[in-house]
Amino acid sequence: MVAVDLVSRADPDGVLEAAMRELPGEGEAFYAGRDAALTRFAGSRIHQNVSEHDATLRIRAVEGGRSGVASTNRLDPDGIRDVVARAVDICQRSAANPDSAPLPPASAGGVDSRLGHVTATAEADPERRAAGARAVIQAAEGGALDASGAFSTEAVTMAIANSNGLHSRHSTTQAKLITVMTGEDRASGYAQASSTDIADIDAAAVGAEAADKAVRSSGAIDVEPGEYEVILEEYAVQTILEYLSYVGFSALAVEEGRSFMEIGKQLMGENVTIWDDGNDPGGLPAAMDFEGVAKQRVDLISDGVANALVHDSATARRAGVASTGHGLPAPNAFGPAAWNLFMAPGSSSKAAMLGAIERGIWVTRFHYVNIVHPKRGVLTGMTKDGTFLIEQGRITRPVRNLRFTQAIPEAFGQVRAISAETRLISAEYSGINARVPALRLGRFAFTGATASETA
Amino acid sequence: MNELIELALDATERGGASYADVRLSERETESLTVKNGALQASSLDRSAGFGIRVLVDGAWGFAASARLERDEVQRVAQEALAIARASGMARRDPVVLDGTPPVSASYRTPVEVDPFAVSLDDKLAILMDADAAMAAVPGVAVREGSIESAHERKTFASSEGARIDQELTEAGAGIEATAFNARESQVRSYPNSAGGQHVSGGFEAVRAMDLPANAQRIAEEAVQLLDAGDCPSGEMDLVIDSSQMALQVHESCGHPIELDRVLGMEASFAGTSFLTVDKLDRLQYGSPVVNIDADATAPGGLGTFGFDDEGVPAQNVPIVSEGRFVGYLTSRETAPVIGRNSMGSSRASGWNVIPLIRMTNINLRPGDAGALDDLIADTHDGLFISTNRSWSIDDRRLNFQFGTQIGWRIRNGRLAEMIRNPTYTGITPQFWGSCDAVCGPDEWHLWGVPNCGKGEPMQTHRVGHGAAPARFRKVRVGVGRW
Repeated sequence: MVAVDLVSRADPDGVLEAAMRELPGEGEAFYAGRDAALTRFAGSRIHQNVSEHDATLRIRAVEGGRSGVASTNRLDPDGIRDVVARAVDICQRSAANPDSAPLPPASAGGVDSRLGHVTATAEADPERRAAGARAVIQAAEGGALDASGAFSTEAVTMAIANSNGLHSRHSTTQAKLITVMTGEDRASGYAQASSTDIADIDAAAVGAEAADKAVRSSGAIDVEPGEYEVILEEYAVQTILEYLSYVGFSALAVEEGRSFMEIGKQLMGENVTIWDDGNDPGGLPAAMDFEGVAKQRVDLISDGVANALVHDSATARRAGVASTGHGLPAPNAFGPAAWNLFMAPGSSSKAAMLGAIERGIWVTRFHYVNIVHPKRGVLTGMTKDGTFLIEQGRITRPVRNLRFTQAIPEAFGQVRAISAETRLISAEYSGINARVPALRLGRFAFTGATASETA
Repeated sequence: MNELIELALDATERGGASYADVRLSERETESLTVKNGALQASSLDRSAGFGIRVLVDGAWGFAASARLERDEVQRVAQEALAIARASGMARRDPVVLDGTPPVSASYRTPVEVDPFAVSLDDKLAILMDADAAMAAVPGVAVREGSIESAHERKTFASSEGARIDQELTEAGAGIEATAFNARESQVRSYPNSAGGQHVSGGFEAVRAMDLPANAQRIAEEAVQLLDAGDCPSGEMDLVIDSSQMALQVHESCGHPIELDRVLGMEASFAGTSFLTVDKLDRLQYGSPVVNIDADATAPGGLGTFGFDDEGVPAQNVPIVSEGRFVGYLTSRETAPVIGRNSMGSSRASGWNVIPLIRMTNINLRPGDAGALDDLIADTHDGLFISTNRSWSIDDRRLNFQFGTQIGWRIRNGRLAEMIRNPTYTGITPQFWGSCDAVCGPDEWHLWGVPNCGKGEPMQTHRVGHGAAPARFRKVRVGVGRW
């Protein structure tokens, strides 16, 4: 099958130039093009196999504190003319907002990046994805397991120009393979691999990791909910950081009193350091935000102390600082977001952590986490796909899934060991990715179990 | 457009597809957000395109594009065929569709007032009036209100001869007040959280919400919650308002009855379901007062339409009858597994994605417990809770935990002191088995949930849930310590 770079076919710079020519006053033009494909398998067969190609132009017209936004995916000259006219019309009919999001200056942009773009990923064909799916399925068949999962590839180009002379553009790719394997007695195992480069995705290794977990999960027993020492594997740690980002790392969340972050306060253990860096190739890079501002590294938690927050243009102006390059499409009510997270490694290993625990729980990953109390950083969720009882330094039995309800800053105040190795984990639902170590926590509150199914 | 449809169907037939369908759609969404007395954002978004789905040798392929051009239709048709052939690299039994007959028809959402015909000024006035009422309450830190309108025109055509045109219109609105101090952050919303209430219909629904008249009350409650007592911990009788009941139905009934989830097709994402096919017509899902329908024909429901995205007519089918589990949400591919034809719940969130089994309006039928006041009067000691704040459920839809924005103790049949941070948890069939009362038709409300996520790539869809307040005995409340 011939691979075509469909996104670039739309000529982002040409679209932006045409839009800015049509814009009579101040404003911004934002182009987002995406070619994405996904091969999904379940019951050890491919049951969904899809591809989509789309590009959208979003115009923000600004005049005297008023703004109007319109978007379209019709990118011919008439479509561009129409979307600009609609944005201007909305702007003129809008009320002024004295606190409106300012257009970033030209100096904040200037991004021209293909950091994190790999042509082989952009050109991956359905046979490549199907071969990956088949490798995972073969790993499952070796363990008499059932494989489900998805192998996706995408190429994204974002380009932004505004009337201050800002112009930024970046292109990225991502390949991601996930699988859940299930066996008898509801045993299950999980694995994923994510990279900008599809060549990094070792489907057989992903399959082997999940199969190992699933086989070892058979014969799970119930354990009583309560506080346990835990080992959180990297998948579980990523999910926790993802939700800390939702509830706490944004300057707007702090402004609005819903964040656990108190700058300068010791919130977690001295061995906990968390930062955001969109330019680190060890993550899934994104060199600019949705306002065209170049991303800066932000040290969020340093040695357990709340150190800094991520900003967009609106929160930065109110705080009297420069945007850190974490804006979502402006204007919006959600505020900035940290989505390229890193947690500092330690010097331990999972084997060493295991050996040091008298009685505890090994958690592979969490499922359906949600926020119970944002200001205190309380989350709830279930364990999934590999939960084990640790006794006297070794895994003795798989256990049925447990529900946790836990204030995370409190739990991260009890980090007893951190692995030296880190893994890049891609979020299940959001775009928030993290490179994280595994953790051993001294105390983690499990508040429920699933022992019975019938009334 | 008809020319492009014929082109696509002709190309897929010549390319060896045993079945093909084409969907063209254009969706327009207008949104208006007021925050802290200022217009935060006003936007109008349009997205149009087409998707081609094919079966080749019993395996699926799908491709979609925004370019509505002859050459692109040819290219996308070939891409869909190639993807289907690649699917054959890992295939078991060939996909077989049910016997739903193809139809030629059209459908349009009944609308009194076109939401796109209402001026920006009129919409802004509603939100500004509500904002002013919230601002008048000392201690409120953040005020927010929004109005959303959507209009979708779509055409479905299949190689079996179906030709269906639909025009769907939606409207929604909501307001929210936040108060905080050093330890607490409390939110109150009206008519519901997560963006308010949403319907299939016109702007008349937004006007009927009367946001300004409810703004002061929720603002005062947000401030009062800062100093309210925490939710007690233990087992209590629990009366749940209709909006939280909607989410309870959504998570613990709506998702587990999706037959694709039951058959493992969602296992790698949000999980499977405890409602396996051996339980159909056998499992006592809840108490005899629990009756649940899937009704895609309910007037005003966000899950209301004329035909699903496989051309199956909208239907109302029983799911739980006097507590017994009797039905699934199905598609043309999955329904034959249980020996039935599709009941019409296969929907795509846009032109660029495939249809999946999605909730329609999953409605808890009203009971005979009368008004909410009657139910509270009939409860000696318990808790009344309202408006969702947090939700979580396990990967088989059994172990759930919810939080709501607000609650009150019930003492001797009367609402007593306000409580903050209410939470409750349970196991689905045990919980529904503990339901001993559902309020009557006057308390029944059809809620819209505009943010239901499912599938990979994830599709955010719009679904509905009708519910009246209900009572559950000896529920575990006040979960966790923080």
